[in-house]
Amino acid sequence: MSSSTHALNTELGDGRRPPSEPPPGTAPATPALEGERLSRAGRVLRLLRRQPTLVFGLIVLAVIVVAGLFAPLWWTGDPLEMRPAERLTSPVTGHWFGTDNFGRDVYTRTIYGTRISLIVGATVSIVSLLIGTTLGLVIGFYRRLDAVMMRVMDGLMAIPAILLALALMALMKASVRNVIIALVIPEIPRVIRVVRASVLSLREHTMVEGVRALGARTPRILLRYMLPALLAPLIVQATYICASAILFEAYLSFLGAGTPPHIPSWGNIMAEGKTYVQLAFWIILFPGLFLALTVLAINLVGDGLRETLDVR
Amino acid sequence: MVPEIVRRLVATIPVMGVVAIAVFALLHVTPGDPAVIIAGDYATAEDVAKIRAKLGLDQPFVTQVGIWLGRIVRGDLGTSIYSGLPVTTLIGQRAEATIALTLMSMLISVGVAVPLGVLAAWKKGSLIDRAVMVFAVSGFSMPTFWLGFVLVYVFAVSLHWLPVQGFQPIERGLWPFLRHLILPAVTLSLVFMALIARMTRASMLGVLSEDYIRTAFAKGLAPRRVLVRHALKNAALPIVTIIGLGFALLIGGAVVTESVFALPGLGRLTVDAIIRRDYPVIQGVILVVSGVYVLLNLVVDLVYVVVDPRIKY
Repeated sequence: MSSSTHALNTELGDGRRPPSEPPPGTAPATPALEGERLSRAGRVLRLLRRQPTLVFGLIVLAVIVVAGLFAPLWWTGDPLEMRPAERLTSPVTGHWFGTDNFGRDVYTRTIYGTRISLIVGATVSIVSLLIGTTLGLVIGFYRRLDAVMMRVMDGLMAIPAILLALALMALMKASVRNVIIALVIPEIPRVIRVVRASVLSLREHTMVEGVRALGARTPRILLRYMLPALLAPLIVQATYICASAILFEAYLSFLGAGTPPHIPSWGNIMAEGKTYVQLAFWIILFPGLFLALTVLAINLVGDGLRETLDVR
Repeated sequence: MVPEIVRRLVATIPVMGVVAIAVFALLHVTPGDPAVIIAGDYATAEDVAKIRAKLGLDQPFVTQVGIWLGRIVRGDLGTSIYSGLPVTTLIGQRAEATIALTLMSMLISVGVAVPLGVLAAWKKGSLIDRAVMVFAVSGFSMPTFWLGFVLVYVFAVSLHWLPVQGFQPIERGLWPFLRHLILPAVTLSLVFMALIARMTRASMLGVLSEDYIRTAFAKGLAPRRVLVRHALKNAALPIVTIIGLGFALLIGGAVVTESVFALPGLGRLTVDAIIRRDYPVIQGVILVVSGVYVLLNLVVDLVYVVVDPRIKY
C-alpha cells in the first residue's frame, strides 16, 4: 500500500500498512519487574485493566474459534439440508437465524461458515508471512537485489489487492485452496516491505557488526540475529493479514469469484441472500454480524499486541 | 517545481512497467492453458484456437510481452472478448459512476474523519476519544457490502427515504444524481473514514505535545484556532499521505459497493468480466486503476510542497 516515491516514508513507519499506523502518543506498556511476583490471577487482572480491548478481542475470538471447531455440537443441523416447505421463514419461528431460499437453516450455515473464514484467515497469514519473511530477509540483506526488487514490489503494490485477487480467481477454478493462493499473492510484497525495513536498520546495528566480526556467515546472521528481532512486528502483521484475508474471502465469495457456492462460507451465504434483502434480511444480517465481529476481534487483538509488544 | 514534476513522472514509468508486465504475466503463471480457461467450459477446439490467435497466445512469450507493452504505450488496451468493443471504450462508459462514487466517498470521509481525529487527539483519553477509536476499529472490521445492505434495509426498504439501488448521471439533474449516490458513498466511506480518523488522531497527538502548542494555548488563543491553524497544519502531512495510499482501499471497496447498489461503474465491469472470463477487460481495468493510484500518489507527493514549505525539491 506504500509507494517508495514518498519522501517521508520514514515518518510513517516505513512499509507498514495504514491500519497499523502507530499512535505515537500512546506509551508502550512497559512490563514492570514486580510482575514476576504477581499471581496468575493478578496478572490476568492487570492485563484486563491495562488492555481491556485486547482481552475483549481474545475472548470473542476464542468463542468464535470454539464455535467453528465444534460446529456440530451447538444445536446445529445439516448445513446443506434443504427444506422447501420452510423456505424464507423468519427468525421468530424455530430457526434462530431464519432460513434461506432453499429452506436451509441460516444459524447452522453461519456456524459452519466460521470454519472456512478461520481456515482462510489463518492459512493466508501464515503462508504469506513465511514466504514474505524469507524473501524480505534475503532482499533486505543484499543491496544489489534490493534496488531492483523494491521497484518490482512498488509495482505489485500499486495494484489494489482485491482487484489482483479477483483477476487471479478469474483464472483459477473456484476452491478454498485457490482463494488462499489468490489472497496470499497480494500480501507477499507488503510483508516483504515490513521485513526489509527492519533488516535495513538492523544491518547497521552493532550486534550484527559484532557477530560478523566474529565470523558469522550471512545465513546465520539472518536466522539467529535478525529473525528473532522481527518476531514482534511479524506477529502484529499476522493479525492484520488474518483480519483482511477473512474480509477478502467474504468479498470474493460475495462477488461470485471465491469459495465454491456449495460450501457454506459467510460470503456465499450473503451472496445467496442478496436477492432477498427486502423479503428475508436475516440471511444477510447474521453471517455479516459474525463476520464483522470476528474481524473486529482479530483487529483488537492486533492493536493490543502492538501496544503490549511495543511495535512501532 | 516543473522539472521536479517531470522527474517524478518519469520515475513512475518503471513502476507502471512492472504493473503492466505483472498484469500480463498473470495469464501465464496461473496453471492451465489461458486460452482454454478464457474460452470456458463449453468451448469447442475451434473457439479455443480463435481466442488463442486473437490474444496472440500462439506467439512466444517475449514477443507477447513486447506486443502488449507496445499496445499500452499507444493507448490500446485490446478488445473485449464478450462484447467485441475496445476496452478503452468500455472503461470510458463506466468511469463516471466510479469517479462520482469515489470522489463523494473521499469528500465524506475527509469531512467527517479529520474533525473527529482532531477532537479525539485534543480530548485524549476522554469518552469522545475512546468513542472515535472504537468507531475507527469497527470501521476497518465492517464488511463493506454488508454495511451497504444494512443501510439499504434501513433507509430504502424500511424508511423509503432513498432509492434501493441504481445510478443517475449528473446530466439528469443534481438531486437525482446525489440521491442515488448517498447510500453507496456513505457505505464506501466508512473504511476510509476509520483510516483517516486514526491517522489524524495519531498525527495530531504528536504535534499537540510540542512546545509551541502549549505556548499558543498559554497566550490565550481560542482552542479552535490553535487546533486548526497551529496543530492541524503541522499534522497534515501523514494525513495527506494516507488519503493517497488509502485510494487503493477505496477502489477495492468500490468494486464491492457497486455490486450491492447496481452502479454501472468499473467495479461492476470487472466483476462481470470475471464471470465471463473476459480477460482483456480485467487487464485493462487493473492497469487503469493502478495507473490512477500511482499518479494520485505522485500528486500527494507534490502537495507536500504546498502544505509544508520545509520540503523543497
